[in-house]
Parts: sequence; structure tokens; C-alpha cells
Amino acid sequence: MNAPTTSRTIAFAINGESVELEVEARRLLVHAIRDDLGLTGTHIGCDTGNCGACTVHLDGEPVKSCMLLAVQADGARIATVEGLAAEGELTPLQKAFNEHHALQCGYCTPGMLMSAAALLERNPTPTEDDVRYALQGNICRCTGYVNIVEAVVAVGGGENKA
Amino acid sequence: MTTEPSNSLLQGQVSTTVETEEPPAKTLERGYIGQPILRREDKRLVQGLGTFFDDVRRHGMGYVHFVRSPYAHARILSIDVTKALELDGVYGTLTGDEVAIHTDPFFEMSVEPGGLIKDYALAVGRVRHMGEPVAAVCAATRELARDAADLVEVEYEPLPVLVDAVESLKDETVLHDEAGSNVVWSGVFDWGDVDQALAEADHVVKIERLHFHRFSSTPLECAGALVEYDKGTSEWTLHCNHQMPGVGAIWMAPALRTGIDKLRFVTQDIGGGFGNKVCLHPQYVVLCLMARKLGRPVQWTEWRTDQHTANAHGNERTFFDVEVAVLADGTMTGFKVRALDDCGAFPRYEPLGCIIWAQVAPGMYSWRNIRVDFTQVCTNKSPVSPNRGYSRMQHLWLTERIIDIVASELGLDPVEVRKKNYVKAEQMPYKTPNGCVYDSGDYAAALDIALDLIDSGSIEERRKEAAERGKLLGFGIGSTLDSGTNNFGQSTLLNPDLQFSGNNEAASVKLDIFGEVVVTLGTVPQGQGHETTAAQVVADILGCPPEQVNVRRGHDTWFNSHAGFSGTYASQFAFTGLGAVKGAAELVREDMVQLAAAVLQAPVEAIELADGFARIKDGPEEAALPFMALGAIVNANNAFLPPDFNPTLNHRYVCRPYFGMVDTEKKTGQLTLTYAIQIHAAVVEVDPETGVVEIVDYAAVDDCGVRINPMIVEGQVHGATTHAIGAALSEEFVYDEEGTLLTANFYDYHVPHALDMPPLKTGAMESPSPVAPLGAKGMGEGGGGGIHCIGAAIQDALKAAGNAIVYDSCNPPHRVWSMLQDPESTRANVSVESK
Repeated sequence: MNAPTTSRTIAFAINGESVELEVEARRLLVHAIRDDLGLTGTHIGCDTGNCGACTVHLDGEPVKSCMLLAVQADGARIATVEGLAAEGELTPLQKAFNEHHALQCGYCTPGMLMSAAALLERNPTPTEDDVRYALQGNICRCTGYVNIVEAVVAVGGGENKA
Repeated sequence: MTTEPSNSLLQGQVSTTVETEEPPAKTLERGYIGQPILRREDKRLVQGLGTFFDDVRRHGMGYVHFVRSPYAHARILSIDVTKALELDGVYGTLTGDEVAIHTDPFFEMSVEPGGLIKDYALAVGRVRHMGEPVAAVCAATRELARDAADLVEVEYEPLPVLVDAVESLKDETVLHDEAGSNVVWSGVFDWGDVDQALAEADHVVKIERLHFHRFSSTPLECAGALVEYDKGTSEWTLHCNHQMPGVGAIWMAPALRTGIDKLRFVTQDIGGGFGNKVCLHPQYVVLCLMARKLGRPVQWTEWRTDQHTANAHGNERTFFDVEVAVLADGTMTGFKVRALDDCGAFPRYEPLGCIIWAQVAPGMYSWRNIRVDFTQVCTNKSPVSPNRGYSRMQHLWLTERIIDIVASELGLDPVEVRKKNYVKAEQMPYKTPNGCVYDSGDYAAALDIALDLIDSGSIEERRKEAAERGKLLGFGIGSTLDSGTNNFGQSTLLNPDLQFSGNNEAASVKLDIFGEVVVTLGTVPQGQGHETTAAQVVADILGCPPEQVNVRRGHDTWFNSHAGFSGTYASQFAFTGLGAVKGAAELVREDMVQLAAAVLQAPVEAIELADGFARIKDGPEEAALPFMALGAIVNANNAFLPPDFNPTLNHRYVCRPYFGMVDTEKKTGQLTLTYAIQIHAAVVEVDPETGVVEIVDYAAVDDCGVRINPMIVEGQVHGATTHAIGAALSEEFVYDEEGTLLTANFYDYHVPHALDMPPLKTGAMESPSPVAPLGAKGMGEGGGGGIHCIGAAIQDALKAAGNAIVYDSCNPPHRVWSMLQDPESTRANVSVESK
């Protein structure tokens, strides 16, 4: 009886840095990001692709990194929450999360930010409905989404309704 | 961090603040306290720089995976780990047999029969619920540990399964042979004279059965820990997310046959708790044994499915034979009920749930005659543990159901009948029939705010408009007490031999050499913003900006800044946690004032602390010492201080609230100290074709006394409300007859998503607590109000379609649809005897 030995060397860019990794073929992308690269800002909240805490950008698109194998990211461009304030300055979205009290325990926050950032990228002035649709794949158990939605709408300059 | 109220925070939300006239008795002059100061925790968390237990790494660590039972009830005939151990990269295994040799069963709190139950960290000889851990495997990677777990061969002999508490009560199958019965605890609580009240009543309303369902708050971060064992000192360090380490250690140390100080709990950031991280001692003991056995750090991260099947469910409770005494004018004078609580396979934190509800025995109402015949049983379901609103929520749901069923059956207005029966503002502080003291509040005024927020005057108009669209509109109220700061002495009402009473929490404050104020908490926050609010309190006491106050993240036993009941649970941080912070800060302040008086050669009374300086009030500008000077003198430049003057600028304080003793005969006493309230109101539309319920308007009004940080309070209201909405409409742990959990992950267990949430309106009052150190009551658990008001609103909506009676706390479409199809069967559940 042997452990599966199929492994592969992959290379991708993460938050602007090129990395090369040898991973087991079955290694989940989220585990490669967290365990192999030490970027622990990306979180795991479920085993089933429901919660979105592991959301990262793959070639600019938000994806749930627990639903991808690491080998699928070979050659891709990945962005994680750690890359948002890479210059040391919080982005308007990160600031808005703070100013609107859009997080409590902060566990869902990296995924929320990455989903919201992707939304703002394609729609810089989202309405409340746009935000709720864009975040429907991200579960938060603390906030009831009220302040998260407000924060994202505010970044786009939209008005929050009461 | 800004210290001004943020311009964006409260805009766009309905926020009504009604200040009460009474000034707070013991509150500080408000400076930073009371301001919506932005959270300091956020800076790291929005950058992915928080440190959660699963982020902790150690050289040579192994990953643990549990082998779990596929059966709800079975005898374990054999466990063979040979094949698992043969796999390359597997470090070792642990089985129930080893656990039984190396540990003692966990301490049980109940009297017999529940007290005879033997609960070990792994199943020994028998499994009693699906997902129960029977063995553990440790390997070099997470994937390998899972592979190896699949290679462990367990032979089971299935046994009859109990998934219904009523069946369990028959004892035809007994889960714990040593107990001889499935009953964990039973007892009668009898306050006033309910028989007389029923005899004298003009109407007696009877309800045969009401069911509070099984669900839990399912924090997004699952449970887990990285555990290290130091062979030289025989000490374990647990980098973990336990939310009540003080009590966790009380369970674990005797089981591990070690001293309590041999267990060092370290928490940093925790991804939500809601009570579900109180009962992690079985898994943690396995990790301790594994780390010692293998001589390496071991790590376990619970899988979502495992959290759902085998960690922490909320208590399921069925109420039978309710009888309510009602006078002709709608005054309710008492009720009696038989409550049957289902705690799952092991009592763990139970039977505390058999008494915790009594903190709110009369709910918000002034009836004086109450009899509750309470029994708790085991079934072949996941063990329960505290869950936001623990045990009080179930009981408050009962009292709110009673109010709305009585109103429905006697044709009373649900608003007026509440106002008539609520404890009145002028009765505060109000002593309940069982000796608890409701400290402050104006329930009717809070209800009025909620009614205004949802524009209750327009309900009938909206109902007509909805009817034209083919929808059934309903409106409901949920009144909730959020009792906080437990008296652990209430446990002796269950078992007089228990040696628990009172409560405590610790904190330390010091002024460091460079003038930095350092605060160490004993509490274990999981998102409640303790670092921010503690800094607000300390800043006000020491006269410095909050930015000058460093509040350490998390909990560490080695800080020596904890007490026996340390943790974050039971709505008490505002009282005990901040009470300890206040106490320690005041001691440091005293040192600072004395030191400044000595240095500046002024009387102590002349010294003030302000703006980060100790200075002579109205004195010359140079008569001022920056905090840095004070810190430097004591810590590094103290030769000139006289020998009999020894300010340390470093103090630990234990906040020990006063309760007095409980009466174990009468089952009375002050079971908790503060009573925050939340009044929720909902307007729903029911689709009669499908039974789908849509919330179209919603308001929650909170009164937790002084709000240290109104922004954080409102966030807690949002969160608790969302839990309640989920519980009321979709979240349910459903078992089939074989004891298989059918809602074992977020596919089948639907928690609210952004699209599910209605707009939430919030309002606030402040009725300062006369007993709390800062006038602030613990809060955060009042969300049960959502379960009450949504059920009430559904019942109101169904009035026009057969007048069904809502009998369950969870009303997903299929249940509402059934009520629409067959309202008569729900109506058969209630009857009225009028004189």
C-alpha cells in the first residue's frame, strides 16, 4: 500500500511573484496557497464550495480555491487577499470594510474582499442588488451582510438605502 | 484609527436612540466610551494577516484525521489500524481502548442517572451517534491522514437507534448502560401557585405540543488546534479556538490525570464561536494524547461535515401540555408546561441547559405562577453544546408562542396583550417569581420603537395590497431577554454537590517603560471587538487616547490574566470582561497619580490624568509628566523612590460579581445579573401556493444599557438577527430514522446568504444597568427574537387561510405548506376552557 505518488511541478504568479511548486496531483489549490506558500489569509470554511472563504482571483476571475486542484493553476496569475494592500496602503475597499463595520470575526473577510474586488473591477458603481448577487457565494455568519453590502456600495459611490 | 464617530457609520440606517432619564449609577464619565470607534482588529483582518489556529505551523507537525462512525448506534466489535500504520508517512494512531487506559472519563455535572454516564475522548466499545470519533490517525499531510483513516478497519454491530426524545424516555433501548436510563436529569420547578392561578382564571388556554428544533450557529471557522507536548515539563500547549478555556481545562486536566497548569491554552484570532466552541475537550484530549504518544506537534482542523455531524448542536426541546391562566381582561397569571430536552448522545455541557432557561423563567412578563416539569434525555444524535441564546432562547420561544396563541384564541391584540403583561418600567428592578432580578428597561417603549420602525399602523393596508397580489401578509413580534453574567451557582440547583458558584473574569493593565499602556484580557473574543472596546474603557480611565492602549490579541494561560470561568460566552464581556479591565486600569491609575504627586511634589488630589499626561490641575505647563516618564521611573530609573513607596504600574484585577447564594430547595436565586432586551418585529408574505415565506419588513430594537461602542452593538444585533432568520426559515439538523444526519453541510443546511437577507432596521434604547460596573449589560445573544417574531408573523399570515397555529420553531416552505393544506391538525393542538 502506497500513498499516491503522482506529483507535478507547477509554476504560477501569485500577487505578482513567480513561484514554482512541486505538488501532489490531488493537492487543492487552497492548500497549496495556505500550506505550501504560507499565504494563510485565504481561509477554508467548508468542504463543499459553499462558503467562499477561500475565494482568490485566477487570471482576474474570482474562484473558490478549494474547488480547484493546484495543478489547474499551472501557468495562471493568482491574486489573494494579501495582495490587495501590497503597497502597504489599504485599498478603498479594505478601508470601507473597516469604516462600515463590515467584519466581526474576520474569517470570511478575505473571501468577501476578493469577491467584492472582482465585482468592482467589472462594475465600479454597483447597486445594492448587484452587490448581493456578487456576494451570494460568500457566507458570513457574523454580520448578516448588512454592513458588508453597505461597504461595497459605498466604495462605488452608490447610495445605501435605509 | 479615528476616534471621532465615523460619518458613514450610522447613516443609511434607522437608528433611534432613546435615552432614559435615570443617570447611570456607576458609569464613568463618557469620553471614548459610547463612541462608535472603528475596530482596531480590522486592520490585520482585512489584509489576511489575522492568525487563526489553522495558520499556526510547527516543524515536524503531523495532521490528525478522525475515523468516525457511520452508524448512529452500534457496538464496536474490533478496530484494526494495521493497514493505516503500514502507509508511508503515517506517524501513528489512537483508539478508544488506548483512551480508556490513559484517561479518565470526563467529569459529569448531573446527579444520577446522568451523572453515571462515562464519556471518553474517543468511543469506547460503542458508538452513540453518527460521526462519533472512534479512532484518530496522524500523518505527514492532511491528505495522507485522510487516506490512512480510510484504512482503519472497524467492525460494528448495529443497535436500535433513538432519534426521538419521547421514544428515548421509554428506556426500551438504553444508550448508556452504566446510567441505566436515557434520562440525564429531571426535576420540577414550581414557583407561585399555578394550580390556584388556573382555578381562578377566566380562560385556560391549552397547547398540547410545541417543538423547538435542532440547529446551531455553525461558525465559519471549524474547530481545531495545534497541540505541542513538552516531554521535559509534561506540559501541553494548545494553539486553539476554544472559547471557554477556563472551563475547558477543568474538564481536560482531570481526564488527562494532570495538573490544570499543565494545559496552556493559546488563542489568537477565532473565526466565530457562538457557543459552539465551548465543548471541544474530547477532541483536544485526543490531540494531547497523540502529541505525547508521537512526540511531535499534532494538528487537527475539523471538516465542515464533521462539525455538522459531531460537534455542537443547539438543544432541541419539546413542550407538552401547556396550560395558561388568563383573566377576562387579558392578564396572564401563570402557566405550566412539561419540557423534554434532547441533548444528543452525551451531556457534555449538560445538564446546565436544564437550569439556564430559568434565568428568564417568566420571559418578559409579570405572571407570578409558573411550573415547569423538566426532563432531559439522550438520543443517538450529535451532542449539544451552548449555542447563541443557549437554553433561554428555547424557553423564550415558548413564552412568546404562548402569548401569540393566547392572543389568537381569545381574540386579543398581540401588541396590547404584550404591553398589558410585560414587566413595567416602574417595576424595575423587578424580582421574578424565581428570585432573578431584571435590572432595568422599558419593554413597552422598546416595542413602540420597533412598531414605528416597521410602520405597524399600515399593516392592514399592506395586508390588503398583498392579498391583491395573491400573498398572505402577516406581522409578528418577538420579545427577548438577553440575560448575561451567569451565576454558576445555578448548577447547584441541578446537583447540590457541585462546587461551583458565582463568576469571575480577569484582566491586567500595565504602563510600560516607554509609556505604552498594555492590556491583557482573560476573555477569548471571536469577533466581538474586545480589543477595541477595552481600549476605549482604559483610555477614559487613564486619560489618554485609545491609540496609546495596546490590547493584546487573544488569550494565553501564561499571561496569568485569566480566572476560573474565563472565556467569552453568556453575554458577559461588558460586565465581567470590561469590569476586570476597569478594575485593573483604576489600580494603575492610582499608582500613576501617586507617583506623579511624589515627583511633582503636589497632593494626590491635585493630580489629573489627561491627554497622556499626569499633571497638576490648573498648574503651570511644566508641571506635567508624560506617561513615558512615569513608565520609565518605575521600570528603569527608580533609585530615588523611597523604600516604602512601591508603585508597580502593573495590575491584575479579577471582576467577581456578587450574586448571593441560591436556594436549592425552592430553586430560586439570582441566576444572572443583567438583562439586555431585544424586541424584534417582522412583516412577512407567505405564498399560499408554495409555502415560501418572504420577510418584507424587519426591525430589531436593542437595549443593553450603556453601549460602550454602539457600532459594535448594532453589528451584534445584525448577526444575532441573521442567525434567528436562518433558524426560523431554513436551518435545521434533520435526522432520518436510522440516525443519519441529512443536513451535514452547507448544501443541505442552508444558512442565510446575502440574497436571503431582508433589509434590517435597528433601533436602540439605553437603560443603564444599576449593577454593572459600566452600566453596560452583556449582549449579543438576543437574536432569538427573530425566531419568535417570524413564527408569529407566519401565524398571523395564515389566519386568513384556515387559521393554523404555528407549532414548530423552524418553518421552511414544506412545513408552512402543510399548515396551509391542513390547518385543522394544527388547531387540534390548542383548546380554550372559558368560565
